[in-house]
Amino acid sequence: MNDRAQDQILLEVDAISLSFGGVHALTDVSFDIRKGEVRSIIGPNGAGKSSMLNVINGFYHPQQGTITYQGQKRSQMKPHEAARGGIARTFQNIALFRGMSTLDNIMTGRNTQMSKGLFWQALRIGPALREEIENREFVEHVIDFLEIQAIRKTPVGKLPYGLQKRVELGRALAAEPTLLLLDEPMAGMNLEEKEDMSRFILETNEEFGTTIALIEHDMSVVMDISDRVVVLDYGRKIADGTPEEVRANQSVIDAYLGVSHD
Amino acid sequence: MSDSTESLMGTFPQLLKVRLQRDGDRPAMREKAYGIWQTWTLNEFCNEATALAAGLSDLGFQRGETLVIIGDNRPRLYGAMLAVQSLGGIPVPAYQDSVAEEIQYVVEHAEARFIVAENQEQVDKSLEIKEHCPRVEKIIYCDPKGLRKYDPNVVVDIQEVMKRGRNALAKTPDLVDQEIAAGRLSDPAIILYTSGTTGRPKGVVLTHENLVVTAKNANAFDNITADEETLAYLPMAWVGDNAFSFAMGLVAGFCVNCPESSSTVAQNLREIGPTYYFAPPRVFESVLTSVMIRMKDAGPFKQRLFNYFMAVAKRTGVDLMDGKSVPLMDRIKYALGEVLIFGPLKNTLGLGRVRVAYTAGEAIGPEIFDFYRSIGINLKQLYGQTEATVFITMQPDGLVRSESVGTPPPGVELRIEDNGEVLYRSPGVFLEYFKNAEATSETKTDDNWVRTGDAGYIDGEGHLRIIDRAKDVGKLTDSSMFAPKFLENKLKFFPEIKEVVTFGDGRDFVTAFVNIDLDAVGNWAERNNVSYASYQELAAHPQVYQLIQECIEQVNQSLASDAHLSASQIKRFLILHKELDPDDGELTRTRKVRRRIINERYGDLIEALFDGRTRCFVSTEVVFEDGRRGKIEADLEIRDATVHQTTSKAA
Repeated sequence: MNDRAQDQILLEVDAISLSFGGVHALTDVSFDIRKGEVRSIIGPNGAGKSSMLNVINGFYHPQQGTITYQGQKRSQMKPHEAARGGIARTFQNIALFRGMSTLDNIMTGRNTQMSKGLFWQALRIGPALREEIENREFVEHVIDFLEIQAIRKTPVGKLPYGLQKRVELGRALAAEPTLLLLDEPMAGMNLEEKEDMSRFILETNEEFGTTIALIEHDMSVVMDISDRVVVLDYGRKIADGTPEEVRANQSVIDAYLGVSHD
Repeated sequence: MSDSTESLMGTFPQLLKVRLQRDGDRPAMREKAYGIWQTWTLNEFCNEATALAAGLSDLGFQRGETLVIIGDNRPRLYGAMLAVQSLGGIPVPAYQDSVAEEIQYVVEHAEARFIVAENQEQVDKSLEIKEHCPRVEKIIYCDPKGLRKYDPNVVVDIQEVMKRGRNALAKTPDLVDQEIAAGRLSDPAIILYTSGTTGRPKGVVLTHENLVVTAKNANAFDNITADEETLAYLPMAWVGDNAFSFAMGLVAGFCVNCPESSSTVAQNLREIGPTYYFAPPRVFESVLTSVMIRMKDAGPFKQRLFNYFMAVAKRTGVDLMDGKSVPLMDRIKYALGEVLIFGPLKNTLGLGRVRVAYTAGEAIGPEIFDFYRSIGINLKQLYGQTEATVFITMQPDGLVRSESVGTPPPGVELRIEDNGEVLYRSPGVFLEYFKNAEATSETKTDDNWVRTGDAGYIDGEGHLRIIDRAKDVGKLTDSSMFAPKFLENKLKFFPEIKEVVTFGDGRDFVTAFVNIDLDAVGNWAERNNVSYASYQELAAHPQVYQLIQECIEQVNQSLASDAHLSASQIKRFLILHKELDPDDGELTRTRKVRRRIINERYGDLIEALFDGRTRCFVSTEVVFEDGRRGKIEADLEIRDATVHQTTSKAA
């Protein structure tokens, strides 16, 4: 990935401050995400990582600061605008339709690509059917990509946690995102599942050129797959740079990585 | 369809050239990809193989050279096999689940310069192998996912090779045809490495003649036609898949279906509904278990319905299939059962259309075997090995038994040596072990008889019964055969018995050590008000002795009905005071009995079994779980079991 040109900036957050009543979730945070990179946001619990993602995809509206996405500057964006603009995400606590099959869940990710109205889709004839077939084909490629053929027709609620996470990634990928936000994609996974997930994230990045911003706690994963890392602590940015730079940063060590006892 | 190739002989590529003219538009292969079954017609399949062959030739692949294939069952990989054979080369499929070192041995031994790998996982293994085997030049992959950053000089897309081939064919159109024409029946068609239990795997070389003639015979035996459907889901490196999917499919002209992935086999089975099906016993076993477990969760009405009709099936199903006479009322009940239970059940399992199903590899439990037959699945057993191109004996329709493995099909001769070892001679007898003349001459006699290494005998009906590995079989003093593992397995079918060791080689009669199963016997003790404080106490309980004695006498009864095994009835036995344990060295880690250690440690007990004592004192040193050592002492009872006269000559 490092061999590709990444100087083009896809998204820039500038001096973002977000508070809920008296609680300052984010204070004056600025950083950018370059096109085609894997950008990690790390920090201790409550550092404001998820809030940051929620700001990026328009779920939270910051009191101060601006977001520039694909050259357009705005202080607020609505989640559906973000989705149309090519920002897809997964959630810390899986947010899938538990009663629906894997296939149907991922199909919902294609919603932004479908132009025919509810009426025609319900009738399932003519152009609407053609459109559904085209989209189904895309979804099948996603299923193949994530190697979840065996659970295509299984209701998501019946799946183990690791697979649900993978289905959720599938739904985000189905939207053909320009920017993919992953909120702790590997939380609660065993080593093998983590390795699989890391592989899928890197593949997504390489194969489709998708820019990825992720929150993750597992440091070895973060250091392995990220191009650049931004570190938050108590809602403030305390470091920003390559994994090596961040690892060597004293304030990061103090706040997060811990001190070795030797 | 098949009649055009019936009389014809030739290598696979030659046969296909003939079949192409008539069956070009028939489906040859199907693979589920992107949720849809994609079909390769014979034309498409052969065209791809030809392009690949030309491409390989362009890359420098030579006649007589080997090419290693690693991957799940995929039409492209079968195509690669055909492409290599078209050039007069030898495909060598390797087990896709094996770790790199295991495959490395195959690549090294087969001296392969080319590897065809299915996907990134297999390419990674191949690259690891290449580091140790500098001979490897090209690794050709089918699925490009994740492979963009690999060195294009070494790792090549199969599409690129085919493109190269098509360019070469545009210049010299008969490039591949010439090579196909130069092929001879006696050429090696494939090398299959047997996963030897001891020592290094051996490469079994099979010729085109082996495969073509065997496939034709097998097709004729079960009337396999171009209308069959099969699912190719067993490893390509296993001779069975090669015979069932590749050889028989290409000769008969039926379509071979490849599952979407190894985890979707059960679903794909249901979608395809094969008419010709093979599975090892453990698959049938686990399917039956899951059916029974799911039935336990069903409502009481469904359960009663299921149990009622399964009882009907048990009574009449097998007879109906064998064409025996069955009372009208039972016929009606069975027909009703077919509509309500058996039909839907078979459909759910994907076995609704099965015309012929085979199982082989190891002994299948009689209840499991009869379950499938009773619900109307024509499940049969065959006995075979790689060296024979699978088939040594098969069960003809109507003559299916759970305990024997059938009769030799046309063209196969059988012989039993004095020590009980089964030998065979057939058109499928392998050419040689690759680069291992010593092993070849050990296994194959000059006049083409092959030692199976298995001991068996021909029963009263003329069916072969396999009882043990030949090297484990001994003799009683009256020179009748003594097959310890066979006896032990028979006893271990009882849930109360966990482990058995039998003695009899060079003795007058057979005796046994028995280990009770603490769960099963403990449960029984609870229900029968037998109180006990320890394993040792339970094992020595007279009622437990009685329980075990009944098991042994049941086995004796069934042994008595067989002239060959009647002398192996267990005359005296004792129940050991402790469980045989891998920690004490009495069992291997895979729970196989270590006879030598047991002979040393329990020598006195063994003597007591034979010299007529009724009690024997024993003291054994044991290792506790925390590593401490201790002694267990016991005064064991030795009992006599009833031995029966031989009831009949025939089984």
